[in-house]
Parts: sequence; structure tokens; C-alpha cells
Amino acid sequence: MNEKDLRAIIEQVLSELGTSAAAAPAAVQAVSQAVQSSRVEDGELPDVTAIDIRTQYLVENPEHGEEYAELKYNAPCRLGIGRAGARYLTLPQLEFRAAHSAAQDAVFNDVDEAFVEKMGLWTVQTQCESKDVYLTRPDLGRKLSPEGVETIKAKCKKNPTVQIYVSDGLSSASVAANIGDLLPAILQGLESYRIDVGTPFFVKYGRVGVMDEISELTGADVTCTLIGERPGLITAESMSAYIAYKATVGMPEARRTVVSNIHRSGTIPAEAGAHIAEIIKIMLEKKASGTDLKL
Amino acid sequence: MHEVILSAGIDIGTSTTQLIFSRLTLENRAVSYMAPQIDIVDKEVIYRSPIYFTPLKSPTEIDAEAVKDIVRREYAAGGMKPEDIQTGAVIITGETARKQNANEVLAALSDMAGDFVVATAGPDLESVLSARGAGADALSKQRRIPVANLDVGGGTSNIALYDTGALRSTCCLDIGGRLIKVADGRLTYVYPKIQALANRHGIQISAGNRADPEVLYQVCRLMAAQLAQALHLTQPDGEHKGLYTNSGKMLADQPRVKAVTFSGGVADCVYQDQPGDVFRYGDIGVLLGRAIREDPDLSRVERCPALETIRATVVGAGTHATDVSGSTIRYDANLLPVKNVPILKVSAEDEASLETLKASIAYQLPLHMPEGKIEQIAIAFAGEKRTSFVEVQALAAAIIESAKEVIDSRFPLIVVVENDVGKVLGNALNVMLKHEKPVICIDGVHTANGDYIDIGEPVAGGQVLPVVIKTLVFNS
Repeated sequence: MNEKDLRAIIEQVLSELGTSAAAAPAAVQAVSQAVQSSRVEDGELPDVTAIDIRTQYLVENPEHGEEYAELKYNAPCRLGIGRAGARYLTLPQLEFRAAHSAAQDAVFNDVDEAFVEKMGLWTVQTQCESKDVYLTRPDLGRKLSPEGVETIKAKCKKNPTVQIYVSDGLSSASVAANIGDLLPAILQGLESYRIDVGTPFFVKYGRVGVMDEISELTGADVTCTLIGERPGLITAESMSAYIAYKATVGMPEARRTVVSNIHRSGTIPAEAGAHIAEIIKIMLEKKASGTDLKL
Repeated sequence: MHEVILSAGIDIGTSTTQLIFSRLTLENRAVSYMAPQIDIVDKEVIYRSPIYFTPLKSPTEIDAEAVKDIVRREYAAGGMKPEDIQTGAVIITGETARKQNANEVLAALSDMAGDFVVATAGPDLESVLSARGAGADALSKQRRIPVANLDVGGGTSNIALYDTGALRSTCCLDIGGRLIKVADGRLTYVYPKIQALANRHGIQISAGNRADPEVLYQVCRLMAAQLAQALHLTQPDGEHKGLYTNSGKMLADQPRVKAVTFSGGVADCVYQDQPGDVFRYGDIGVLLGRAIREDPDLSRVERCPALETIRATVVGAGTHATDVSGSTIRYDANLLPVKNVPILKVSAEDEASLETLKASIAYQLPLHMPEGKIEQIAIAFAGEKRTSFVEVQALAAAIIESAKEVIDSRFPLIVVVENDVGKVLGNALNVMLKHEKPVICIDGVHTANGDYIDIGEPVAGGQVLPVVIKTLVFNS
């Protein structure tokens, strides 16, 4: 904005206020000085998402602060974060909004294709054409697209003992955060038990139920899907493994065994992978899964 | 998941021998859809034996057969068979640990008491088990203050200091109720260190003297004053240092003790004055208890009731010695139990890089090869930083490379980690060793160099292993 424009605005404001236009030059000078003295700093704001909320305790003058902080360390809950009157303090409010944004991003973003390739996986899609369809039509997320069916038939090893695949589910962030540790740990665990594994791949826009169709297509004894969990405000990176013995389309949900809360602050992915490998081993021994299988 | 295991505790002390059975309840504290997290959630003593005098053959030898008889009788009385007992500990304490056949008796008892009833000894462990039996650890946690338990027995006083539930320090002094014995109005035995202590304060006592309660009370006051010095309540005098068992160290002077509990045979005489004949136990226990109660310095800290007094050590051995490993681990059940395995600990500093980790293992291994041949050892470290799959692989490779002697030996490779990576690390070791080497890799267990570990047979549907960590056996 040049000085002429500035002068025009100031004169207009002054006249609206009913002040004499004679005051204008002084006002213009003051405003242009103020504009010139403002600087853009090259600093950084602290990253509110870097705070471990288990260690965050913000209550002022607490009666038993140390005990509270110790208790709080056991779980990442939003407690003991103080208040300003009836409201959140600024920092917890920002953290809350950051967590909410991360959750939204986890749902709406797609898994990076380069990452899928790096993991040595190829992609098939369900009958959902877009994220919107995926979110509004859960039934279509449980069925593979016709191309997907053909690809699996062409590329997958037939009748493996175990078929593992990865799916975005409701958190793409979860796939990026965990699969690099989780998948190789499961494969190594199965190798240590000398259990044969089929060809792993990635299912885009997948719901848990699509594993039943994949189980029928590949003829695997055990099918295991590693799928992003619906994100919460504690983490947007949590992953679940749903595992079933001889899954079939239309089978009861109770036949799935689940291991949830796989993320760096829950069950760490590498150890979770080793645990899942053992569950699969037991499943093969007992020929059962879900509520039929007592672990 | 809810499982009860039975545990035995046997304490062979300077003056008394006791046995208890307890029930340890295991529960999976994680919800069903998450990885299991099995913990001991309840401990209950279900049988307490009478208190026997420890049978001795001579002043230097335990009567092993008589001790075994006691154990056999008490198993029958408690309705237990050794095969019912899944875990537990035998501890030889106080002066009895110095008898010439202590080791053999300990080994024989641990074998007959159950497959995984482990042999333990050493003043540090005794201090810890008695303090936990007395409830000093729980009290310090609940009240959030430093609490010391003084287990004043026949031959020694074992002290353990806890601060907000965590063990800070232990020590052991030659102060006890049976260091002077009395029969028919005469002193029959005076422990040399106590005799010297009395002499230096102008009190002459020796075996054969008439037992004068006034004089002996003065001696007991000197002993009580030494306990106050041990807690740093007063400045240690010239005699103090010499009173530590096996030239042991003093208790740490920080944190400052705020409250004390008493256990051991003398404790009941500390908490309550025992009217009647002061020599009715044939020793100075009653007088020592009185002297401790009346000591002005010991009275400056709060005196709290103990959960167990004379039975604190045996309850500690029977209920607090056993822990469980983490719930996602790798093992070969055929190899279990393993007992008395020395810990080779890689320090936190050495763990920082794989090069120093390898160097630490390679440097320490020869210490466990007394005749150039490797013994069974367990390699232990925290494993805090290496949690990704790739890092775990590198860690496994480093262990295999540096522990070649173990890999080539007939012993299984035992790895004990603190952080929850036991199963993935165990799998990596198994695969890298081409399934040929038996591996036990457990987590959730904290150890220190010089500790010994015992690992029991799987419980809770095979998900966890009972573990007993022992400080140096017979650290004399």
C-alpha cells in the first residue's frame, strides 16, 4: 500500500469519527512509522505436538502434585492440565487442536505410494473410488474391485499357510509409522517358527471385512490384516492386527482375533510383530481363531 | 486370565528356622484385545510353620538332617508336596550363613523343597527380603518418605532403606540378640566383637560371668547406639566401622531416614516391653529390644508397625523373592528351569553404541571362564534405545558376534532385557543362529552386575516365566 492510499483511508476514518482532517498528517506519520518498525522474525514456535502429555502437569499450587504426576505418567490422558476459569489453558488447547488435526489428517490423507513400494508391496483397491466413498460406504470397503481380484489371483502365492496384507483403514499415518517395524517382525517371527507365508500386498480404502474375500481368494489357512485404527486424540498412529483362521465371507465377526494399540507409545511395533507371529502359530496349532481360540 | 501359583519360603537363621507357604495370584492386566501384561496382583501367606530353633551339630556345623526333617514335617503339616510348589526361595541368614556346610544345606533344601525353590544367601538379599516382608517398601511408597527396616535377629541386624518404594541402600551389622547367651544365671557365650565394644566402654564381660541384667542392659544400649549410627542419626564413633558384617559398607547417608520399622526376633521386644524374666530366651534379646526402644536417637524418627516381625525374612523369601518376566518373550521350555546363573551386565554407557556393547561383552566373558571354559551366563542390558526392527537386528548380530564362546558352548544363550523387546530380539537371535542354538530371551527384568538369576518353568499359559534375582551368593 502506498502513502497515498494510506492517507485516503486515514482521512476517511477520521471523518467517520467526526474528527477534523487537520489531524490527518500526524496520524499518517504515526501509522507509517508503526508499519515500518514491524519486523518479520525468523524464529520458530515450539512444536506443541512434541510434548509428551504423560509428563505434562500444569496444575498450580497442587496439594499432591508429585503423586499426581507419577500416576499420570502411566497413561497419556488429558488430566492435571490446569484451567483458566472454566476453560483450557492456551497450551493444552493448542495441543488438543493439534491432536485433532493429526487425527483428521490420518483419516483423509492417502498412504504415500513410494512408501508402499519401499516396503516391497503392491496395491489393490476395494470398490471405493475415493476417500469420500470409503468413508460413506463401509460395505464397498469390504469388497475388492474386479481388477483387485484379478491382480491377487495373478500375483499371490496360492494356498499359503499365512496370508498377510496391509491396509490403510482409518489411519494412513498408522501405516507409515508402524509397518516398517511390524511387518518384518511378523515375517521373522513366522520364519523362526518355520511357518510359510504368502505374498504380502497393500489394500487401499480397506475395511477389516475385506480380509474374508482375500482369505477365500488366496486359500490361506490364516489371514492377517494390519490396518490403521480410527485415530483418537492420544495418537493418530495406532494400528491393529485382525487375524482369522480360514476366514470366509459372511462369517461371524467373533471369529477374528485382534491385537490393537500397536504404536510407539503402546505395544511397540517390533515386539507386537513377534507377538502376532506367535498368535498365528497357536492359531494354526489349534485350528481356531477369535472367541473359539483361548490364548 | 487368573492363575494362582504356590510359593515356599524357608529361612534358616542364626537362631530360628521357619517355613511359610504363600499363594501368588497372576493376572493379565491388559484388556483382551491388547498384548498381554501379566503381573503378580496378590500375595497371600497361607501357612506359617511354628518357629524352630535352628538345629546345629556343632558351633560350626548345621545339622542338615534335622533341618530336612523340619522341612519334611512342615510340608506334611501344610498339606503340600514339593511338586505342588512352583516357586520360592530358601535363605540362609545371619551367622548360619557362615557355617562350614551352609552351601550344601542350602543346595539340598532347595532341591527337596520344589523344582524351582531357589537357594539364596547374602546379607544384602537378607536385608531386602526382610524389609519387604516387614512392609517397609510399601510404607515408604504409601507415605512417600524414606523408611528403613531394621531386621534385628540373633546374629545380625540387616538394614534396608527404601524411598518412595524404591530400594536405596542396604547394610548389615554384627548386632543381634544371641550374640550374648545366658544359661542358669551365667553368660555362656559372648561374641568377640560385642565383648570388645563393651570393653572399650569400660564394661568387662566374658563367658562364665554372672548374668547381671543392669550390666547387660548397658551393653545393649551401646549396641542400640550403633544402630542409630548406622542410620546416620548420630556420628559414627571409632568402633562403628568394625561392626559391619564381612567388612561391609555403611548405609548411604542420603536420603535421610524419616521412619523405621523393626523385624526379626528382637522386633517384638522393641515394639512392646516384655515383662517377666529378661533371660527367658537364654539370650539378651529382650534387653536389646528394650534398649532400642529407649534409645533417644532412634526415637527421633517415627517408629511404624511392621507387617511381619519375627517372620519378616521368611515371608519375604516366600512371597517377595519371585517376580515374573515380561509377557512377550522367547524361550524353549525344555531348557527350564535354570538356576544360579550369573549376570553379565552391559552398563548403560556401554550400551550407547554397538561397538562398546560388543567390547563390554567380550571383555567380561573371560571372567565367567574360570578354567578357560565358559559357564552358563545370562547377558543383560536395558535395551531402552533400540526398539525398531532394524536396530533389534543389529543388536542381535552384535550379541552373536561378541558372545561367540556362549554360542559355541553347550549352554543356551540367555539374554535378559529390561525394555519390552524380548520376543522380537529372541526371534532375531533364533533366525540368525539358523534355529540351531537354544535361546532364552526375556524382558521386564532389572538386574545389576554381580546378580544371579533363576528362571522357572512357564506359568500363566506359558506367557511368563517366574524369575528370582539374587545378589551375590555368600558375598564373604
